[in-house]
Amino acid sequence: MGVFLTLVRRELGAAFNSLTGYVVVAITLLLAGFGLMDIVQRLNSDRTPSPIPEIFFADGIVFWLILILTTPVITMRTFAAEKALGTYEALMTTPVGEWQVVLAKFTGSLVFYLLSWSPLIGVLIVLRQVTQQPQLLDPWAMCGVLTGIACIGSTFLSIGVFASSLTRSQIIAAMTSLLIGIGMWTLSLRFSQADTTGDRLGRLMDHLSVTHHMQDFARGVIDGRALVFHLSVTFFFLFLTQRVIEMRRWK
Amino acid sequence: MIEVQNLTKRYPGRTAVDGISFTVGRGEVVGFLGPNGAGKSTTMRILSSFMPATSGTVRIAGYDVFHQPDEVRCRIGYMPENNPLHIDMRVRDYLKFRARLKGLGIGRSRQRVDRVIEQCGLKDVEKRIIGQLSKGYRQRVGLADALVHDPDLIILDEPTIGLDPHQLRSVRALIKELGRQHTVLLSTHILTEVEMTCSRVLILNQGRILAADRVEDLESRFSQDGRVVAEIDATPEAIREAFRDLPEVAALEIQAAAGAFQRVAFTPKSGQDLRPLVFEQVRQHDWSLRELTRPRLSLEDIFIQLTQKKKGGDL
Repeated sequence: MGVFLTLVRRELGAAFNSLTGYVVVAITLLLAGFGLMDIVQRLNSDRTPSPIPEIFFADGIVFWLILILTTPVITMRTFAAEKALGTYEALMTTPVGEWQVVLAKFTGSLVFYLLSWSPLIGVLIVLRQVTQQPQLLDPWAMCGVLTGIACIGSTFLSIGVFASSLTRSQIIAAMTSLLIGIGMWTLSLRFSQADTTGDRLGRLMDHLSVTHHMQDFARGVIDGRALVFHLSVTFFFLFLTQRVIEMRRWK
Repeated sequence: MIEVQNLTKRYPGRTAVDGISFTVGRGEVVGFLGPNGAGKSTTMRILSSFMPATSGTVRIAGYDVFHQPDEVRCRIGYMPENNPLHIDMRVRDYLKFRARLKGLGIGRSRQRVDRVIEQCGLKDVEKRIIGQLSKGYRQRVGLADALVHDPDLIILDEPTIGLDPHQLRSVRALIKELGRQHTVLLSTHILTEVEMTCSRVLILNQGRILAADRVEDLESRFSQDGRVVAEIDATPEAIREAFRDLPEVAALEIQAAAGAFQRVAFTPKSGQDLRPLVFEQVRQHDWSLRELTRPRLSLEDIFIQLTQKKKGGDL
C-alpha cells in the first residue's frame, strides 16, 4: 500500500510539474467557459429552463469535448513518456508489482482528472447563487453529475492508460485514445438518438450508449447498470494494460 | 554473486547475446568491455531482470532471475543506460521515492537517503531539481539511486558516458569506492576506465565473450608480443648494424622520424622486455635517444587482434 501511494504521488507530481497538466486545466476551463455562456443564454431565453446539469451535461456537447480532449492528454504520459525517457526501465527493475504500477498510474490520472473538473463545480455553485433558483441545481442531480464525471471518466482514462502502455510515443498514445473516445461518443450519439424501441440490437446499444448514461446521471438517476458497465470496462482495459506490461516484462 | 550459463538473447532477425557464460564473485569489480552493439546492455538488462532471455540461466546471489525476479530486484542496484531520472523531481525527493519503491520503510528510507547523499557528495544539491543539475551531478544521483537500498550487487550501464574529465575522475573514484563494499559490474567501451576501476574484465563482441581475464593479465597477453619502440638519432644502417648480432631481438623495423631521428620498432624473440638492452646499445654508441616505450594496446588493437584470431580459428 505504501508503495502504491508513493507511485500515485509521483504520478500526480509529474502531472503538475509538466506543461501538459496545465494545458489540460486550461482546456477544461476554456470549454467550461463556453458551456457557461451557453447556460446563461438558455436561462435568459427560456421561460422554463431545464435544470443546469441537464443543459450542461446532457444536451450540450461541452462536457463531451472536455472529456474526449482532456483524457488522452492526461493519460498519454503514463507509460509512453517513461518508456521514452528510460525511467520505465528503472521502475520495472524495482520489486514493484505490475498491478501496483497500472493501478497507480490509473489512480493518479483519475485524481488529476477529477481535480481538473473542480473549477466547473465552482462555476455551477456560483450560478446557483446568481439565479436564486434552487430547483435549477438540485443536490441529487449534482451527485449524479459527479458520479457520471467519475464513471465515464474512468472508462476513457483506462482506455488512455492502455493506449499509452502500447507505445513509447505520447502522440501515438494520445491519438489512439482520442480516436477510440470519438468513436465511442459518435456511436453513442447515433444510437441514443435513433428511435430504437423494440429492436433488440438497438436497445442493447442504447444500454451501452455513454451519452444515454450521462443523460441519466444529469437527471440525478444513478443507474446500477451504467455503473457496472463503466466499472467493468475500466477494469477490462486495466487488465489488458497489466497483460501488456507483463508480456513485455517476461516474453 | 553472478552465475551466467549459456545466456542467449535473440531479437527478430538478430542475435544480441550468443550463449555467454561467466561468473562474478562477491566483492569483485568487473568491467564489461565492448564496442557499441556488442550485447553489453542486453546482458545487463537480463541480469537486472528487466527483460527475459531467450535461453540460458542467470543466478544472482543464488536466486534465479527468471523464477525469483523480485528477490533478485531487491538485491540489485541497477543504473540503466543513459541514466534515466525523473528530471522534474528534487534530488532528495527522487532518492526517497526510489528507496520506497525498492521496499524500504519510511524511517529506513530516510536513513539510507541521508547516507547515500553523503556518500555520493550530493549534500549541496539535495534540494535542487534534477533537470537543472550538471551531467556529473546527475550521474551521481543515478549512482545514489543504485545504492539507496544497500544492494549486494551494483550494475552500472556506461556510468561515465558523456562526462567531462573532471566529472569522469570523480565518478570513477566513487565507483572505485563502491567496489570496497559491493560487487560491481559496469560496462564501458573505454579501456582506461576498466584499468582504473576494475579488477577483472570481460570483453564482449557480437554477443560473445572474447576474453575474460584480470586486467594485468590481459595487458601482458596483448602487449603486442612485447614490442618496444625507440627514436634514435643515428642512420638506419648503423642501427641495423648495432642490433644485428643480439640474440634477444627477433626483428626490427625502421622508419624515418622528424629531424635526424629514426623510429625503430623492436620485436623480442621470447617476449622479454627489450628496453634495458636498447638503452644499453644507444649508450654504447653514444647516440641520443628521445623516446623509449613499450606501446600499450588500445581497446581497438585488442579487438582487432581478438577478432582476427577468431576469424583465423574459424577458417
